[in-house]
Amino acid sequence: MARQPTQSIFDTELLAPALRQSVVKLHPRILVRNPVMFTTGAAALLATVLLVRTAVSGGDFLFEVQIVFWLWLTVLFGNFAEALAEGRGKAQAAALRSTKAELRGKRIKGDSHQNVPASELRKGDIVLVETGDLIPADGEVILGVASVNEAAITGESAPVIREAGGDRSAVTAGTRVISDWIKVKVTAEPGTGFLDRMIALVEGASRAKTPNEIALTVLLTGLTLIFLVAVGTLPAFAAYAGGSLAVPVLIALFVALIPTTISALLSAIGIAGMDRLIRFNVLAKSGRAVEAAGDIDTLLLDKTGTITLGDRQATEFLPLSGIRDAELIEAARLSSLGDETPEGRSIIELAGQGEAAPDGSAVVGFTAQTRVSGLDIGDRKVRKGAVDAVLKLHAFEAAAVREMKSLTDRIARAGGTPLAVADGTRLLGAIHLKDIVKSGIKERFAELRRMGIRTVMITGDNPLTAAAIAAEAGVDDFLAEATPEDKLELIRKEQAGGKLVAMCGDGTNDAPALAQSDVGVAMNTGTQAAREAGNMVDLDNNPTKLIEIVGIGKQLLMTRGALTTFSISNDVAKYFAILPAIFVTLYPGLGALNVMGLASPESAILSALVFNAIIIPLLVPLALRGVTYRPQSAARQLIQNLGIYGLGGLIAPFVGIKLIDIAVSGLGLA
Amino acid sequence: MDHATVILFIVGGTALLSLPLGAYMKWAMDPAPGQANRWTALFQTIGGASADQNWKRYLVTLLVFNALMFTVTFVILATQQWLPLNPDERGALDPTLVFNTAASFTTNTNLQHYAGEVSMSYLSQLAGLMWLQFVSAATGIAALTALARGIAGRPGLGNFLMDVQRASFLVLLPLAVVVALLMVLGGMPMTLQGSAVATTLEGAMQTIARGPVAAFLTIKQLGTNGGGFFGPNATHPLENPTFWTNALAMVAIILIPMACVWMFGRIVGRQRHAAVIFTVMTAFILVKIAGAVIFESAPTPAFAELAVSEETGNLEGKELRLGATTGPLWAVLTTATSNGSVGAMHDSLNPLTGLMPMAGMWLNATFGGVGVGMINMFLYIVVAVFVAGMMVGRTPEYLGHKIEAKEVRFAILALFAHAVLILGGTALFAATALGQTTVQDPGAHGFSEILYEFTSAAANNGSGFEGLGDGTGPWNIATGLVMLLGRYLPIILPFAIVGSLMAKRRTTESAGTLGVEDATFGTMLGLTVVIFGALTFLPAAALGPLAEHFSLP
Amino acid sequence: MSDFISGLRVAAATMVLCVGGYTAIILGFAQVVTPATANGSLVTNGDGKIVGSRLIAQAFTSPQYFWPRPSAVDYDAAGAGGSNLSPANPELTERAAALIAAYGGATEERPIPADLVTASGAGLDPHISLEGALFQVARVARARGVEPSAVTTLVRNMAYAPGAFFTDGRIVNVLELNLALDAELAAPADSD
Repeated sequence: MARQPTQSIFDTELLAPALRQSVVKLHPRILVRNPVMFTTGAAALLATVLLVRTAVSGGDFLFEVQIVFWLWLTVLFGNFAEALAEGRGKAQAAALRSTKAELRGKRIKGDSHQNVPASELRKGDIVLVETGDLIPADGEVILGVASVNEAAITGESAPVIREAGGDRSAVTAGTRVISDWIKVKVTAEPGTGFLDRMIALVEGASRAKTPNEIALTVLLTGLTLIFLVAVGTLPAFAAYAGGSLAVPVLIALFVALIPTTISALLSAIGIAGMDRLIRFNVLAKSGRAVEAAGDIDTLLLDKTGTITLGDRQATEFLPLSGIRDAELIEAARLSSLGDETPEGRSIIELAGQGEAAPDGSAVVGFTAQTRVSGLDIGDRKVRKGAVDAVLKLHAFEAAAVREMKSLTDRIARAGGTPLAVADGTRLLGAIHLKDIVKSGIKERFAELRRMGIRTVMITGDNPLTAAAIAAEAGVDDFLAEATPEDKLELIRKEQAGGKLVAMCGDGTNDAPALAQSDVGVAMNTGTQAAREAGNMVDLDNNPTKLIEIVGIGKQLLMTRGALTTFSISNDVAKYFAILPAIFVTLYPGLGALNVMGLASPESAILSALVFNAIIIPLLVPLALRGVTYRPQSAARQLIQNLGIYGLGGLIAPFVGIKLIDIAVSGLGLA
Repeated sequence: MDHATVILFIVGGTALLSLPLGAYMKWAMDPAPGQANRWTALFQTIGGASADQNWKRYLVTLLVFNALMFTVTFVILATQQWLPLNPDERGALDPTLVFNTAASFTTNTNLQHYAGEVSMSYLSQLAGLMWLQFVSAATGIAALTALARGIAGRPGLGNFLMDVQRASFLVLLPLAVVVALLMVLGGMPMTLQGSAVATTLEGAMQTIARGPVAAFLTIKQLGTNGGGFFGPNATHPLENPTFWTNALAMVAIILIPMACVWMFGRIVGRQRHAAVIFTVMTAFILVKIAGAVIFESAPTPAFAELAVSEETGNLEGKELRLGATTGPLWAVLTTATSNGSVGAMHDSLNPLTGLMPMAGMWLNATFGGVGVGMINMFLYIVVAVFVAGMMVGRTPEYLGHKIEAKEVRFAILALFAHAVLILGGTALFAATALGQTTVQDPGAHGFSEILYEFTSAAANNGSGFEGLGDGTGPWNIATGLVMLLGRYLPIILPFAIVGSLMAKRRTTESAGTLGVEDATFGTMLGLTVVIFGALTFLPAAALGPLAEHFSLP
Repeated sequence: MSDFISGLRVAAATMVLCVGGYTAIILGFAQVVTPATANGSLVTNGDGKIVGSRLIAQAFTSPQYFWPRPSAVDYDAAGAGGSNLSPANPELTERAAALIAAYGGATEERPIPADLVTASGAGLDPHISLEGALFQVARVARARGVEPSAVTTLVRNMAYAPGAFFTDGRIVNVLELNLALDAELAAPADSD
């Protein structure tokens, strides 16, 4: 699924189905999932029945008809908000589904293979995928190497390499092999694969309520019950005063008071949160994981690629005493001519222009065994490489070896990686390779610290190097020479201290740590094991995203909190609109509470009800977009949201109801 | 001196006193582990086992002990005519009244559908009612202590029978002795002699009821009980002889509720948090006091057409020796704290003044009853933390405990119960002859009388709009049940919350966590109390005090 | 069950200490240190007969005595109580109008002090305000055949601020005032 330009919510393509869905969702079985909206629906139904009675036996029909109209509209607006949020995912789901429908695989049976629909592939089956084929099911490459275009899922058109063994063995259904062939062992039963999960996610079909959403629903339902008591006892109170209150009016009061605004938008907020994550190319396996992301206290970040640019770069040439700078630089340059790694290129870049390799010279490539590279020019062997490996090449002069060691220690202490350079039997000096910390990353960590999140850098470097980079990048802590077991240990320790931990990983050996962490983001390029263990998958393979994921989680909760506050604060104004209106017949003096100066009791009641209904679509964009979120301390965040949504929630309805009242009375509706 | 000075001295002075008392109560109620104070061994001997209890065990022991309290007093009241210490030969009481009274004093309510000097023997007053004034208050303090231990993350909640003894013997008893001696010095009666008979200057006979008032009055104030020795409570000159006993009594009303907040803060180890809660509670009572004093300085509306001096405000139901400010001040303090003793007749307060005590009881947490006031505030804290926690972008948590569906459910259920008990009860009695025939005043004020009675019962307050003829069987039974539910639900549900919190993995706090120690949280908590506590009752308030006020000529 | 047995023991202990011990301490102290107030602040006349309590209002209807505030329970000190009427109740208006008439009327220029027409909480308030006393001076002086100024002086001497500097108004104890009247400004013998 490609990253798509933000769709306007007024896009007709989305609006039409959403409108249709608003009506479909009136079905009690769907409505009952949201107790407050269900109650509102029931209230609307009751008012409708009473309207029929009024039509038959007489009464203020015009007024009641409007009440009934706005009550139903309140319910419909709620459905509409949910449908609209779901709609954005539905289009994407449809595309994915058509991809899925045409998937076929070449199942290997003995020596031959047969072409079967993907739906017949079972876990453990082996399929052959050749150039141009779509991979039919999630699996593990067991043989071969191929380049695969994963644009269908990641939106990234550059092909990636998938090969047997190692950390790049996982393949995903729906992606296309564009060269070579691979044999894939199927790891997912039909209907449980990545594609299926994605379809379900973007559609919102598998959306189970998250713990916080459940708790909020409980609170809102509780409030509804409390207001049911507050309003339900009014007829008895009125009886004492020797009067009676019209039931449609009481229904209007009840619906205006119960937290319909937040309840109507609740599921839209949740869906939109997941959707934001999806459009950020991160797939969360559950809404619970998104919520947990907002709670993270500790972020474990891999150094390479996240904190530093992936590659180390040469920054300095350090000759031994008695060696001229130029000699070292030239030797370094020559020895790197055949080194195509980014490190080698950076050495040449630093060394500057020089002659090309002389004729007859032979490049000695870098291997994991020798860990040196260089150039043979006749008998002359120019070498550069890991310090201990270079030192083993020859029995160099003892004094030079000593000096080299102290030189390389100094480089390591400064956070760099030293390379030794030798020319035949002579040690020339060292090259300082440095991890380049990504620009701006330090500020990001400072932001995180203000939000109360601790960052821990994970690196395979020795503690000396790690400490220097940690200081430069501004992380709070580091784990050096980290093994997967160390990682797991660290996560457990943090959790025992009451912290929630997030990390990302890709290798099979990351799986336990990913599973242990509260938010584990697996890279999409990673192994199937890692993808299974994590509760999110990053389709872009960008570990820095953890920071944004935390932000998205926080924004989701904040949007819920802010709209809850807004919704409840509205009640003050609604009371002042409706109470004087319905009580003025019992005690004319209570007209004094009509502080807004609303035109008539009927107009006051209608205006409050209209405000209560139309605030829902007005807040839909906010619910879908999420409230403005800036990384800052909780205290400042609370002041800001309390100011906007608490105070705003108190004031806005006073203004809104008054304006609607002017319109309603001006139009002669009441 | 102006009103503000008196209010400042009493409220501010008590606030200062509550600080050291809070520290002392922490020492007395919750000795640091391994530093059991020297009383522990004695209490172990008396109470038998002293092992730590989990929340369910603690609750069961509490309820069993309270059932015992109810039974003992029920028996004493029901048989007072045959028991000693009855110099004025008080007779048998109506069974529904015995039920109501036993429930009333067991629940720390002290709603009185009788007049002490008319109906009760000295034995009933002392061994029945005054005993409950000690142990019901001790129950509240014990419950808060246990709750705080749970929130503090202790493995167990402590032992109820140990705690109730600590509260009785180390907190209430010493304070009561000191205050009662001061009351005696202030001129309050303390005698076991029966009524005195006087021949007045104009030759009439006057029977003057008296009794062991000083002892009774003191613990009624300290323990937020509020039950008067005499019918008209602390307006009676023998129950409140001077301005000074009156001032001391007001201090006694709010002292322990205030100190409970500090004790809570010390047990959970968060005194700044306690200070925020204390400030919110104080803000509420100051607003109510200001309202009450201002509204009550308006003259009696009934005299609008008469040539009556208007400078002194509304004096109906008030005592001259107690000073002009103290009627409304007392009315606010006694209802903010679930005390329920009265220093002026609430029924005769101006309509909007009368709204202030009702608001105090609707919230029932702006200091509230000893122990239970802070527990009620804990419910609001759970709700406030839940909403505010989301607004800072985290799963809501309170002192490292995650607040989830279970906690919210119990908290909202407790708030719901409070609303149902008050509004449901009022609806039943207001719409039927049960209540309509018992009101004394016409119009909206009569409705206020019914509303007030159920409010007072549900809030375990005990004060009344006493014009109401509440001595009937239906009233006795209905308010008796409301008092029992209004007492034990708000203890059981918070215990269940803490039980649930204790079972979870605790998180640490950081800059990203909702702070509970700053002004912003205080504001949030205040708003939560207003919106969840008061908004529910606004329609009822409109038909009672507000309607009455706006109907005044 | 063990809860119940232990509970009984704790109940017994609290009963002994908090009821028995506590009452005994306060009672002993009160009867030794302040026996007069501890037994109800009773006032006796020369013959040692109890004429009332300093703290309890008693009915005065004769014009030669100062009258206390009205009482909703007719000064019944064995069954005290307030009117508990709502402040707007017409009964209050009627009662006040009757009292104003009994006091010989009041005008806008000389309004009756509010305390004289309002019942106290217990109906036993032993005090009236200084203004309330001065309002009655003319009647008392006339009934006793003494100079109003002498009565005024007596009233002013006996008035006090109940809360010292905390209270503004001054009040007078009606029983003590009337006893002082009888002692110092005795009415001419058998004036009736």
